Amino acid sequence: MKQAYAWSAIAAIVLASTTGDVLLSRAMKQVGDVGALWRQSGLWTVLGRVLRNPNFLLGVLAMTAAFYSLLFGLSWGDVSLIAPASASLTFVTNAIAARIFLHERVDHRRWMAAVLVASGVVLLAA
Amino acid sequence: MTFRKYLVLAGVTLCASIGDSLLAHGMKQVGNISLDHLHDLILAVLNPSVALGILLLLGFFASYMTALSWADLTYVLPATSLGYVLLTLIAKFYLHEAVTTSRWIGILLISAGVGFVTQGPALTHHPSNAEPHERGCETAGRK
Repeated sequence: MKQAYAWSAIAAIVLASTTGDVLLSRAMKQVGDVGALWRQSGLWTVLGRVLRNPNFLLGVLAMTAAFYSLLFGLSWGDVSLIAPASASLTFVTNAIAARIFLHERVDHRRWMAAVLVASGVVLLAA
Repeated sequence: MTFRKYLVLAGVTLCASIGDSLLAHGMKQVGNISLDHLHDLILAVLNPSVALGILLLLGFFASYMTALSWADLTYVLPATSLGYVLLTLIAKFYLHEAVTTSRWIGILLISAGVGFVTQGPALTHHPSNAEPHERGCETAGRK
């Protein structure tokens, strides 16, 4: 039962954090370079633009779901399973989602990076 | 990429790894939470380690948002994965834990992945709905 809860939590973390990452990335691209905007218009303008962005709010909602799934998972499974399994799977699902939904040019270099990092994370937990 | 942008990526890396460690430590103190007592999950934030972990994760969130404003998601995620390497090195040299061969190979793979992605451009796509001013900012982010 413990294992089933742990793997359900991992699936929930991966799904929610991938959704959150894609939405937040889209939101921040719509806002623009935060550093340049801050220097030009001030902190309140940056905060206003970020907090009014619907993608940002939905992204935070998805990240909150991922966070509570992580807490739930950590209370049932070992951190050495939950953290690397969810993190490594998220690297791969994010690369797929970024290509489909954000139209990022995920070339060989980026696929290699995602797969190398995901494999490395798994080995760290071994 | 400017020095300031590398600092932002370092902030993402450090806050995430230290914050996650504190959360894990805190949740072990809180104990198992069953589906019948989900409100315990909300009360878990009162644990000092969980609270400090959440503060650091807020720092992570601010620097992560900043990085995503001038770089692709598929650039930021691998580029900030050095936190795993950092945690292992802390375990080896500060906590004097044994680090197995497979973990050293894991460190090599992550470092290679970070090396791969940081050689390329930070931004590859310009959203069509961004304002002209914003597009200019993103173009600057690639330098």
